[in-house]
Order: sequence, then C-alpha cells, then structure tokens
Amino acid sequence: MTSIQSKPTPAVADPMVREFERRAGQTPTTEPSWVLPLRRAGFNRFSETGYPTIRDEDWRFTNIAPVAKLPFQTASLPGAESVTAEQIDTATFGTLPGPRLVFVNGYFSAALSRPSDPTAKSTIGNLAAHLEGNASVIQPLLTPSQHILDDPFACLNTAFFQDGAFIHVPAGAELKDPIHLVFIATNEAKGASIHTRNLIIAEAGSRFTVIESCISFGAQAYVANSCSNFVVREGASLEHVKFQDESPDAFHLANLHSDLGAASQYTSHSFALGGLISRNTIRSKLNGPGLECIFNGLYVTRRNQVADHHMVINHNEPNCASHEYFNGILDDESKGVFHGRILVQPEAQKTDAKQTNKNILLSNSATVDSKPQLEIYADDVKCTHGATVGQLNEESIFYLRSRGIGKETARRMLIHSFAGEITERVQCTPVREEIDRIVWNRLEESPSLSEKLATASNGTPTPEA
Amino acid sequence: MTTATETIEGFVKNEYKYGFITDLESESTPPGLNEDIIRFISEKKGEPEFLLEWRLKAYRYWLKMVEPQWPQVKYPKIDFQKIVYYSAPKKKTDGPKSLDEVDPKLLETYEKLGIPLRERGRLAGVAVDAVFDSVSVATTFKGTLAAKGVIFCSFSEAVREHPELIRKYLGSVVPYTDNFYAALNSAVFSDGSFCFIPKGVRCPMELSTYFRINAANTGQFERTLIVAEDNSHVSYLEGCTAPMRDENQLHAAVVELVALEGAEIKYSTVQNWYPGDEQGRGGIYNFVTKRGLCKGRKSKISWTQVETGSAITWKYPSVVLQGDDSTGEFYSVAVTNNFQQADTGTKMVHIGKNTRSTIISKGISAKNGQNSYRGQVKIQKSAVGARNFSQCDSLLIGNRCGAHTFPYIEVKNATASVEHEATTSKIGEDQIFYCNSRGIETQDAVNMIVNGFCKEVFKELPMEFAVEAQKLLGVSLEGSVG
Repeated sequence: MTSIQSKPTPAVADPMVREFERRAGQTPTTEPSWVLPLRRAGFNRFSETGYPTIRDEDWRFTNIAPVAKLPFQTASLPGAESVTAEQIDTATFGTLPGPRLVFVNGYFSAALSRPSDPTAKSTIGNLAAHLEGNASVIQPLLTPSQHILDDPFACLNTAFFQDGAFIHVPAGAELKDPIHLVFIATNEAKGASIHTRNLIIAEAGSRFTVIESCISFGAQAYVANSCSNFVVREGASLEHVKFQDESPDAFHLANLHSDLGAASQYTSHSFALGGLISRNTIRSKLNGPGLECIFNGLYVTRRNQVADHHMVINHNEPNCASHEYFNGILDDESKGVFHGRILVQPEAQKTDAKQTNKNILLSNSATVDSKPQLEIYADDVKCTHGATVGQLNEESIFYLRSRGIGKETARRMLIHSFAGEITERVQCTPVREEIDRIVWNRLEESPSLSEKLATASNGTPTPEA
Repeated sequence: MTTATETIEGFVKNEYKYGFITDLESESTPPGLNEDIIRFISEKKGEPEFLLEWRLKAYRYWLKMVEPQWPQVKYPKIDFQKIVYYSAPKKKTDGPKSLDEVDPKLLETYEKLGIPLRERGRLAGVAVDAVFDSVSVATTFKGTLAAKGVIFCSFSEAVREHPELIRKYLGSVVPYTDNFYAALNSAVFSDGSFCFIPKGVRCPMELSTYFRINAANTGQFERTLIVAEDNSHVSYLEGCTAPMRDENQLHAAVVELVALEGAEIKYSTVQNWYPGDEQGRGGIYNFVTKRGLCKGRKSKISWTQVETGSAITWKYPSVVLQGDDSTGEFYSVAVTNNFQQADTGTKMVHIGKNTRSTIISKGISAKNGQNSYRGQVKIQKSAVGARNFSQCDSLLIGNRCGAHTFPYIEVKNATASVEHEATTSKIGEDQIFYCNSRGIETQDAVNMIVNGFCKEVFKELPMEFAVEAQKLLGVSLEGSVG
C-alpha cells in the first residue's frame, strides 16, 4: 500500500525504567499497596510495545516520533505561586459557577480549586486523595482493561499517573452547575510529561455535566498524556465537554473511555484547537440496551498542527443509537486525521448508528486523512457514514450572494456556520456560548482566512454531504 | 456428472453448475516452487531471455516477502510448496493452428460453459480467448481483429510475436515488487491474454477471456495486459469458473491496463469461481491484483465487477489517474453466501489535474458470508480540481453474516472535493410482505430486491453479461431467506 518509512520502535528508554523503579521504591504513604501492581502491569505492557509508529494501523497517519524522541522526564511539583487564582478566573470558563478542580502540571492545587457544597452527596475531588477511601470503586476502574492495554499511551499513563479528577455522583442526583476540571501546564513543565487520570462515575439516574479544559500558560513543548474513564450507569445522563487549547508546541494525548449502561445518555464533545500534535483516542462500550450517545467534535488547526480523533464505538446491545459528528477546518500546513469505527455485534439488533466527518481545507498545503469505518455483524441495523473533504458549497454562496451578501461575507458566514454545526450541540448554555465565542475569534484571527476565502472561489464546488 | 442430470439437479438445488471436471491428459510440473520450475515454465513457453530474467528477479524478491495479514478474511496458511505451478492440457501437435485442431474434449468443456467459441461466436459478436488451467487454448476472430490492427492473443503468443510490446509494458503498472501475490504471479505466470489497440481504433467487438481451473492442486496464475493507444476504445470481458473440489485452490492473477491519451478501456468481470460448499469446504482463493494506468490526457478506465464466486475474494481493481482530465470508475457487486468471504474495493490515485473518479460498490451478505469494502481515495498535491464520489451500500440477509466498510481518504489538495457515503441495511420484512401479498414468492421477491439494489452496477455491464450476472445473483442467493 502506501510507502512508509521504517522507524524501529525504540526500546523502553533507560531513564523511564529508572524513574519507574525509583517511584516504585518510594511509593508515598498516601498510595495504598494495591496501586503499585496495577502501575507495574501498565509499565510492563508498555515495555513490550514501546511507542507506536506509523507502521501501526491505529497510528498510520499521526507520526508520534517527536514524542518518542523526547527524553523521558516526569513533571515535578510546581512552585506555589506559579499560577494565581486571577489567572484561572480569567482563563476559559473561569466565570462558570459550580465546583472546580484545578491541576497544575498534573498536580492537584487545593488552593485554586473550589470544592463542592459539603452537604452534597456527590464526591468531587482529586483521585490521589480518594484511592484509600474509595478503593472498592476505584480499584476495578484502574485495573488495566483491554482498551488500556491496546494503547501504549494509556499504559504509560497507568504506570505514571500523578493525580486527576474523581467524580462520583450517586443514584438519582442531579447537579445544576457543571463541574469544571482545569488542567494547566506552566513553563515549569518544559520537556516533561504530565500524566493525569480521571474517573467519572454517574450512578443510575444521575444527571450532570463535566467541563474539561486543557490549557497552558506560556508556550513550550511538553507531553500531556491523560486518560479518563466514564462510567454511565442505567438511565444516567452525562455531558462531557473537552476543550483543548494547549501551547502550539505541546503534545496532547488523551484516552477517553466510556462504559455506558441501559437507557443512559452520554454526550461527549471534543474541541481541539491547540497543541502541535493532539490525539484523542475514544473508546466506547455500549453495554446496555436502549441507550443513546453522541460524539461531537471540532478541530480547527493552523501552522503545522496535527489533530487526530481515533474512535471505536462498540455496539454490544440492541436498540442503541450512536451518532458521531466531526468537522474540521484546516489552514496552513496543518493536518486533520479522523478514524471512526462503528462495530455492531451480532446481538446488537436495531442499532441506529451514524457517522459523519466533514473537512474544509483553507490552504493548499493542508491535508486530511479520513477513515470512517463500519463493521457490522447484525442484520437489522441502520448504519450510515459519510465523509467529505473540500470547500464550501458554491450553491450556498450563490444563494447568499443573490440576496445581496458580498462574496467574502458569504464565505465567512458559511465557515462560521460549519463550525457552528458542532458547537450548537453543546447543551450547557454558558459553555456553548463561550466556545462559540472562542471558535469565532480563532477563525477570525486567522490572517489567511479572508484572503483564502477570496481566492477559494476559483475552485470547484462541493456539494454538501 | 453429465449436463442433463446437472440441469435437473440444478433446478432443484441450484448448486454450483460449472462444477464438472474435464478428463484431459495434462502435462504438469511436480508441486513446489524453485528456480528450476521457473526455468522450466519459461523454456516450455519458448520465452526470450529478458522474460526469464524478469521472472527470476520476481521470484528472488518474492522469497524475501511475507504474506500480508491485513485483510478482513480468515483462511489457513497456504503451503506454496504444495501447489502445482504449471499444468497444461497435453498437446497432440505443436499447437492448434485453427479451431478444428483444438482438442474436441476441450471444446466440449467450453460448450458446457456456454462460451461462443466456435462460429456461434460471430452471432454473439464476441471474440474469445480461453485460458484453460494455465495455458490459452484458442482465440477466435483473430482475422477480423487483425484487419483493424487490433492484437488480441494469448500472452505466450504475444511474447513470441510482439516481444517489444511486452518488454515495454509488462510490469509498468504492477511491478513485481508491488505485493506478495503480484511477485508470485510475475515469477510463475503461465499464460493469459494480451490486447493491443492501435491509435484511433475503436475495437469492433467486445473482447473476452474465459478462465477455467481444471486440474486438481493447481494454482492459476494468469496475466492480462491491455494497451490502448491514443484515442482508441476497447471493451473487455472476463469470466471465470472452476470444478468443485474439496480442497482450496489458489488463483493469483495480475491484470494491467494502460490507457494513453484519449483512450478508453472498459473492463468487466463476472467472477464465478467455485465458492465452496454449504459447510465452507473447498472453493477458490481469488487473490488478484488489477490496476489500470490512465497515462495520457483525457483517458478513461472503467472497472465493472460482479463477484459471486470464490471462497475468498480479495482484490482491489485500481486506477492511477496520471494524465490530466482522466477518469476512473469502479462499479462492483460482491455477493457472499454460506461461508464465502470478500475483501474487495478499489484504489483511486489522483495525480493529474481535474481528474475524476466514481466508486459505486454494492455488497450483499447472506448466511455466514463476510463482505468488506476497502477502498482508498488519494488526492496528491498535484491533483488540482480533482473530484471523487464514493458510495458503498451493504445489504444483509440473515443475522450471521457481516458487512464492513473500510474507506481511506487522503487529501493533499485544497481544491479537491471528495465525498464518501455508505449505508448498511437489510431486506425488510415489510418489503417481502408487500411482494408476497401481490403473489410474488419470497425467493423471487428477494431476487427482485437484490437486483434493484445492484441496478446501478448492472447497467454498466454489456448486455449479455448483465443478463448472466442477474441470473448468477439469483443462483448465489438461492435459499438464503425463509
């Protein structure tokens, strides 16, 4: 097939082994004894596989060699004054009411966080503090699952995770305000890896929203490797908004695993604006009948950024619906990668699965690699997928122009509405409004946008998907 | 088994109707592959030195390769040393000079296959080159074609009579380094068809090749090369059958098409190799490399395939769109019933400006069949204004089968426009009920619905083939519902 440059997987670097053994030797007293074997399981698995290369089908279009080349070093505890409360308040979603957990370079900052109402039954805190007390809930979730074992970065995360969010909402509880998780990387994280691990459990019939913002103060290269598990039990409803706008030199690698129960509702949004290479590995198991899930994403990239969404949706039970919508707007030399696989098991009759990936290229050097896949073993299903790459619909532009709107304005309107298709699916109003504003500004500040819009009119029209 | 009893049984059971074995003396090599076997094949065919060298290079390269594992098909490992690489019906003389000299038993075989090999051919208006096991047995209508300057003959004959053309074009589209099975084919290919359409000629009739595997334990490795010079036009048909046997047989062919400026090649295949029985025993492994090169401006290559046979079908007829304004098309119907597996699709590589490609793929799975569409659309940076439209639809009949879609879309040019759509559905009970209530039996209703589903592809086939394809589809899906 395509020619691929061969790059042998580097053996696990010595500093990594030393670092792991050093940590294993001096486990903090706060960490219960059952954690270390799990870490070791993850580490051993990573030692076998090493970093992925483009020879691995799952990493075919995203070359992770720059990450593998970085000398391995874990982030150290940041200074107390490295981030101020004002900075958090003025950062993205800073004005949101409700509980807030702040992690600086992967370490929990109690001073910057805003705990939940102490009378509430829900647990909203940092994972490290709950390992002891909630072992019965946490241990099974931290035990490496097949999805973890299949992903080298998830294994690495299991071996080295520092801390992360632990959210456990009891049955029937409904949280009015969204829970805001803030992951900040500062200049101190330069060249280091940050490993965060989040567990979010929605018990039967509960209902809440989690906002995750991944941002950085200062431009520098670092590796943010996060892994999140979402457990949505019967009839629960969870909305997760992930907003990633990290340093343009950063590497962002995330695993988002969800396990969904009967009649639950799960909506997962991913906005990928930052990072040099960003990758979201999304794995979802639809383990109960009659549930509904939506995976919604937007990537807006420029310069030499790479934004990759890699998704496998596993329909294990009948009468479930899964919808995936991913739009990309790519400028300069940037690259968008989309992989979506819908896997329908023989038992999963009456599945309704839909997958779309649409891309607009603003520059002639931008590239898109899209792999929308269906793997179906049941017969009574309704499954569709579609992918488009191209430019704006000439007919839509003509429509607007015939109503007296200038060509450039028409194009701008259509590009914004293309992004709007995705942002409008965010249900939590204040969050949607803020994302709308950020995406709008991001598109407007692109210096080549208006110029590109004017020249793009010479191209061939793209019928709308 | 005689044809008469077959017909009756065929009506009752609708089993594989081409499963007879012709009792012919054949000349074969011992099983296994080494340089001596290759030298033997080459010598047997009186090949020039360059071809033997090419075969040996391919063989040495093949030795270093490993079998690809990526397709969505499962089969036991093939022992390449157990295959007979050359099997030819024994010749009484040096070779048939006209149809009258062809072994009557062979002709009988083709009669059974319904090939218009004799004068009947004139009525059907089809020129046929028939490949039996590994060698080409007869070519019809040579005279009519020669008058127009069209060369249509067996590959070995072309090697003897037009070595310069073979030397120029062999391996120019599918080099022996291309993939595992192409390398194997390049080393051991025994015969096939060669077709050359000179400048400005519109080939006066449909050209066609029938392939048949007869001997046991043999692999068939044929090679087809079609070259269409500037502003020429040709339509080429290919049909395949094989006897029923319990063991699996390997068919690894290579097809190369070259279209120069303004030329058009239309390549249609109705593939009906033995698919194995209801328990999944036997059947052909159909691992074929097919690729066309639109070399000149405004050239066009169109692949149409109806894949109903083979235990495993694994092929991707592709088009490399090198010339500006060239067009590539792919129309496919793939049916998997019982334990058949298919991993098929296409690859469209856009290099030239304003190149266009269309992909229409219809997959039908019944019983335990597994059907995958795998396709790649690649827009290179140079392909300004390139367009692609792909549509893959899957139809599922029964709950033990599978339908999978694996498209790869790679775009490196902002002016390109690529669209991909896929759907998966089943024949609804309401649709069957509607037909039943109007007096149409369930099996007929299924045939109707399936034929409707495949209509977009069938309309691309030449008339006679379209009729045959529809019948084949009916036979293949017999008993899959109810």
